Amino acid sequence: MFARGLKRKCADGEEDGEGALAALRAAPSYSLQRQSLLDMSLVKLQLCHMLVEPNLCRSVLIANTVRQIQEEMTQDGTWRVTAPQTVGRAPLDRLVSTEILCRSAREAEPPGPGLGDGHAPDMVSELCVVPSAQALQSPQSSVWEVDSPRENRGSFPKSLDQIFETLDSKTPGAVEELFSDVDSSYYDLDAVLTGMVGGAKSGHSDTLDALASAPAPPPSSSCKDLGELDHVVEILVET
Amino acid sequence: MAGAGGGGCPAGGNDLQWCFSQVKGAIDEDVAEADIISTVEFNYSGDLLATGDKGGRVVIFQREQENKSRPHSRGEYNVYSTFQSHEPEFDYLKSLEIEEKINKIRWLPQQNAAHFLLSTNDDLRINLWHLEITDRSFNIVDIKPANMEELTEVITAAEFHPRQCNVFVYSSSKGTVRLCDMRSSALCDRHSKFFEEPEDPSSRSFFSEIISSISDVKFSHSGRYMMTRDYLSVKVWDLNMESRPVETHQVHEYLRSKLCSLYENDCIFDKFECCWNGSDSAIMTGSYNNFFRMFDRNTRRDVTLEASRENSKPRASLKPRKVCTGGKRKKDEISVDSLDFNKKILHTAWHPAENIIAVAATNNLYIFQDRIN
Repeated sequence: MFARGLKRKCADGEEDGEGALAALRAAPSYSLQRQSLLDMSLVKLQLCHMLVEPNLCRSVLIANTVRQIQEEMTQDGTWRVTAPQTVGRAPLDRLVSTEILCRSAREAEPPGPGLGDGHAPDMVSELCVVPSAQALQSPQSSVWEVDSPRENRGSFPKSLDQIFETLDSKTPGAVEELFSDVDSSYYDLDAVLTGMVGGAKSGHSDTLDALASAPAPPPSSSCKDLGELDHVVEILVET
Repeated sequence: MAGAGGGGCPAGGNDLQWCFSQVKGAIDEDVAEADIISTVEFNYSGDLLATGDKGGRVVIFQREQENKSRPHSRGEYNVYSTFQSHEPEFDYLKSLEIEEKINKIRWLPQQNAAHFLLSTNDDLRINLWHLEITDRSFNIVDIKPANMEELTEVITAAEFHPRQCNVFVYSSSKGTVRLCDMRSSALCDRHSKFFEEPEDPSSRSFFSEIISSISDVKFSHSGRYMMTRDYLSVKVWDLNMESRPVETHQVHEYLRSKLCSLYENDCIFDKFECCWNGSDSAIMTGSYNNFFRMFDRNTRRDVTLEASRENSKPRASLKPRKVCTGGKRKKDEISVDSLDFNKKILHTAWHPAENIIAVAATNNLYIFQDRIN
């Protein structure tokens, strides 16, 4: 049920108000959990195309979670922006799993900016004054270049824009394209059901013949008088 | 559609003794993705029950006439027809596979004057179809931003008002519902009403938005209320009050402390549906471990039941289930860590006039009815 090594107490575990919240956020375990949540979220975004069903809603929610974490880390001063030239294409295995993170005792989050990690102090101080909204819209796509104090995670091959576009691939016309080659006998089912509700049930074939010209048309056929319908089964298909 | 209070439908949930009636589907442990039921709907009279699955297959069950020799069992549902809605297609222009999954089946009311249909064609648009014009639809809501990177909210569900054919609602991934009136404008980008419950700041977490995302919205039969389902609760809203719901029912609050894990295994994105009984006095929704929950709005009582093969003897009463949330686990209780998160009941349907329910458990369809005294 639980991920290996993942603590039960989540980021939402506090109950005592602002003082406790601040204390909780300063605790190393909170930072670790937050970082692991961030890592997990970024991996999920990258692998969203591997789902059985494409799910734009899920990707949007995950992206929003990443933004929230980034915003909070920016306020804490723990979010780093790398200079464009130092950004490489880190392979996905550079993202540690939550298990590895939680196992390592050395990986305590250093508080505050610019401590012992080799980043240019002026870049870091630049970040501190940049409001989070601006950071999100930076042309360098800084949203997706997460640099933790521990290691340079690099940028990601896919931009958010690309991920979302892939998942939203539908046009209003897609549905009728879908129906355009449907075998017309499919629509005779409606006739069958109509016949069945209207009166005594007869054999399928009789009803089909009798109501062969009945409504529920494919796009190519002419419109029928809806008043003849007792009811219609409508299949809504999302493409 | 059946009106409120019609047909002598007693208050649902706890005054009733729910009994197993039928189960449809393979017993196999190995479930093919294509056989997973993706939608369940009774028609307006309750005589027909339709299911759709991820493989694009539609099965329609019809209720048999009452059997005089077995007066205690109401008419059973048997397969009337089954057909393949469509085969998966490949759109060469877009290099896209169009999947065959049935997302929703809507039976049209017998006396629907408007003959309109809503389709949420995807997460960003709602289209309106008129039954006499089948070669095109009309786009009435479009929330796609110019720059997709700015996308932060999607449409999650939409439904027409049962009595006012020009009114519909749509829900979002941010926990809001917008009510639109098509008479106001052709493109319903402006809503007439906006329903959102203010967030409780003390329970804010990184998962707050995800669990507030609405997975289903359903109008009551009366048309006076609507119900929304988010990850942990169902909320009943009075259409005249946008500021907060009139009722909130906890479905599985014990999962709140497990949200990290549920995020990791993606269960937090599961989309549960909900439904009203015919008289709007009770509501039902699914949960994990093949549990489903019923809430009686009048008595304020709720019950947890399970759809399982073990409880599938004819007319066997369903025993209420209980999840142990802490402390010593009593006999017959199940602990949260023992719940099977692969057994999820996402789709349920309630007969519009009688106490007969259909519950989809992965690839099996269970039908339960109340015991006749």
